Amino acid sequence: MAPEGAGSSAAGPEVVGRGIESGARMFREWFDELTRVANAGGGAAYVFVIGSFNEILQSFDMPVTFPEMNSLQTAIRRVSSDYLTMAEDYGYSSDVCGYVKADLALQLKGGAHPMGRVPKPSMAVLTNGCNTYIKWAEIWERLYGIPVVTIDIPGTRSPASKSQPGSEDFAFEQRYVLGQIKELIAVCEYVTKKKFDIDKFREVLSYANEMSLSWQRVVELNQNRPAVYNAMTDGTVFLGVANAFRGTKEGAVYFADLVEEMEYRVRHGIGVLRKTENGMVPVDQKFRLSLVGTPCYPIFRRFDDMFAKFGGIFVYSSYMSFGSGGTCAGYTYDLDRPLESFAATQLLMSRDAMDSMFHQALVLEQTAGKFAIDGVIFHPIKSCRTVSTGMADQRRYVTERLGLPTLILESDFMDPQVISEAQMKNRVDAFFEGLISRRHQSAA
Amino acid sequence: MNKRYFTEWEGKQLDQIFSIARELVEDPGYPTVAAWRADGGKVLGHFQVYFPEELAHAAGMLPVKICGAQTDGTESESRFGSYLCSIIKTSLDIALTKNIELDLFVSHPICDAARNLAAIWGRNFKYKSQILYLPQNANSKYAAEYLSREYRRLLRDIEAETKAEVTDESIRASIALYNKSRALMRELYEIRRTQPWLLSGDECLIVVSLAGFLPREEFNGFVETVLPMIRSRSKRAQDKMRVVFEGGFCETPPIDLLQTISRSCYVVDDDLFIGLRFIIEDVTTKADPVMDLAEAYLEKSSYSPVQHDLRKPKEKMLLKRVEMANAEAVILAAAKMCEPGLDEQVAYSKALDEKRIPYFISEFEENQSTFDHLAIQLETFVENIMFD
Repeated sequence: MAPEGAGSSAAGPEVVGRGIESGARMFREWFDELTRVANAGGGAAYVFVIGSFNEILQSFDMPVTFPEMNSLQTAIRRVSSDYLTMAEDYGYSSDVCGYVKADLALQLKGGAHPMGRVPKPSMAVLTNGCNTYIKWAEIWERLYGIPVVTIDIPGTRSPASKSQPGSEDFAFEQRYVLGQIKELIAVCEYVTKKKFDIDKFREVLSYANEMSLSWQRVVELNQNRPAVYNAMTDGTVFLGVANAFRGTKEGAVYFADLVEEMEYRVRHGIGVLRKTENGMVPVDQKFRLSLVGTPCYPIFRRFDDMFAKFGGIFVYSSYMSFGSGGTCAGYTYDLDRPLESFAATQLLMSRDAMDSMFHQALVLEQTAGKFAIDGVIFHPIKSCRTVSTGMADQRRYVTERLGLPTLILESDFMDPQVISEAQMKNRVDAFFEGLISRRHQSAA
Repeated sequence: MNKRYFTEWEGKQLDQIFSIARELVEDPGYPTVAAWRADGGKVLGHFQVYFPEELAHAAGMLPVKICGAQTDGTESESRFGSYLCSIIKTSLDIALTKNIELDLFVSHPICDAARNLAAIWGRNFKYKSQILYLPQNANSKYAAEYLSREYRRLLRDIEAETKAEVTDESIRASIALYNKSRALMRELYEIRRTQPWLLSGDECLIVVSLAGFLPREEFNGFVETVLPMIRSRSKRAQDKMRVVFEGGFCETPPIDLLQTISRSCYVVDDDLFIGLRFIIEDVTTKADPVMDLAEAYLEKSSYSPVQHDLRKPKEKMLLKRVEMANAEAVILAAAKMCEPGLDEQVAYSKALDEKRIPYFISEFEENQSTFDHLAIQLETFVENIMFD
């Protein structure tokens, strides 16, 4: 179990719930600012969650937008179908990623989005963390002719022979990433007509460092009982801030405050709270679950309800790793060697993010005990083959090697038509019946 | 190894040769690979699309393209969910059912499904399985050096498996052999562009498929023998529409599908098994043959939806292919659930619309078995254009 928070004892009950409220507010304000930029005719750098290189872009004061987050917001706000239909009318198959299609429709609608307006791209930065990023950015190339910088991050070739910092192989990979970062900087200078400022970059990195350490602590604090946040629902809010505000003072402060809140809750035994007609009430936590994959955005709350009604709480989620580009693992930059260290750390973080999808079974081997996981929910989705392709096989591994109860629920994170809610509920019910029976047997 | 593993075709007429070769190509049991292994040979399986086979060959391994099979995929079903292309499932299936046995497996991040395959393979087999990260940042000045180093890393694994030291000299010899092989394949495609009545799309697919699993020396000997036979065929040109088939860069359509198309059209070019033909010029070997191979991948290569290179926008490359083949129309195909292929179909169709080049959109699956519907649609498409 993670050590309880020692500091910040000055915090009082007013901090409870602050993380969710502030996160939601910051995200709205961030979107308002993007809308202002779009309405003024400005552009934004389009980036992705795995390897956003937000630190570089922040140092150029570039507005940044995450098309993945824009798309998922259309699902949460229940308008994704309109966007998907528009893209399919344009020619895209129903079998391609819903994020891509929602974004294409958004471009065709001149940036119109339920949260405001998304600026046109001034440039795009992507990694090979997901192959769909590459195909996605090709659409912007064709639509706008903008500079697109693709950065190769050599991922894990095989888990048994992963290059480690200090090795010759790692040093070489780092040099490759560094070379590409320098090429990215040249493109940013061209687009913004500004010179790269290493001191400003160092300042951005220092905020990112603070955020990373706090983020890691937040993840760790959920090892406590009761769990102090829901890794799927609350975790999605944290992810929004982690991505959008990386390298900013506000982001660093937000996560420091979040640690303060979670440590307070650990000290006072205040677990996950749920909004009800009678206000926020604590969840009766009976089963500690790990989510492999993404939330089900079109039925975001109802998806969680399926588990909550049995006292199932998500204490850990692979999404927090790949959805944050690996920034939740606590890696920090060496400010004395900003660019070199940035390259090495990007390599490690993006690699972690990729491993959390392709080798999550191995991650679970290390985390299941620490987080006292009672069951693992695999959620493959039609839209995303990156996260979904290996899930059934990983489930076999987890069941056979770790002996953990598992459930696989197939749906989508964008298209409501692919989601069979009744069938999912049936399967969740049966899963919990199994868990309950297992617990009774074990007690007997 | 100088032993030949495919000899049944020798001394036969060309049509019989195609028929015998087809049987071998469609056999999910890979009998020639099994025979190679029974002789003590090592096998490196590599998933679609491009793989530098020269590296495995130089170590005395047999590189085999893992490209699915016409099986029902029952064994692999529990390892995968829905919404996936067939080739991913059947590729694992033939390994799980021991139709093919390997000593090393390499996948590539060509798509989101394929990049998962190495991890899945690794959990199911004891031999080493890995991803070869071919650069997606082909425009970086650091890409060639990176790729060369990545090839050297792979060579270490190959050497560990074969317990043989791979010298630059042996790599140069393998490059020379593969240069010859690629030149022979270019000759086959040249015949299709200039005299398509001599070699149909399905016949060419059968021949090129052999390169995916026969020892390359043997493949070259086979093509050297059949090329003059193809050229001297007594077939007359017919009034058929000239089409390019695009969309088979990874999962390959059944040979019967190509045969169906060939009944109403001349398929004058395609992207089938493009990985085996990806390098379009001879690789010149200088001081460092591994660097030469890396540079060839980046600088002397064709295109596919799974290689990102700003210098080669796919739709412009397709238009060039159409122009070079003097084609009148395009069959824009995609394997079911193939995301890169389906994405590219949109860009291709917009570019063809702009140039007013007719196209026919279709989806296929490697183990589909009925083609009547396709034949009728295609005939209608051809008639519409011919009488337009």
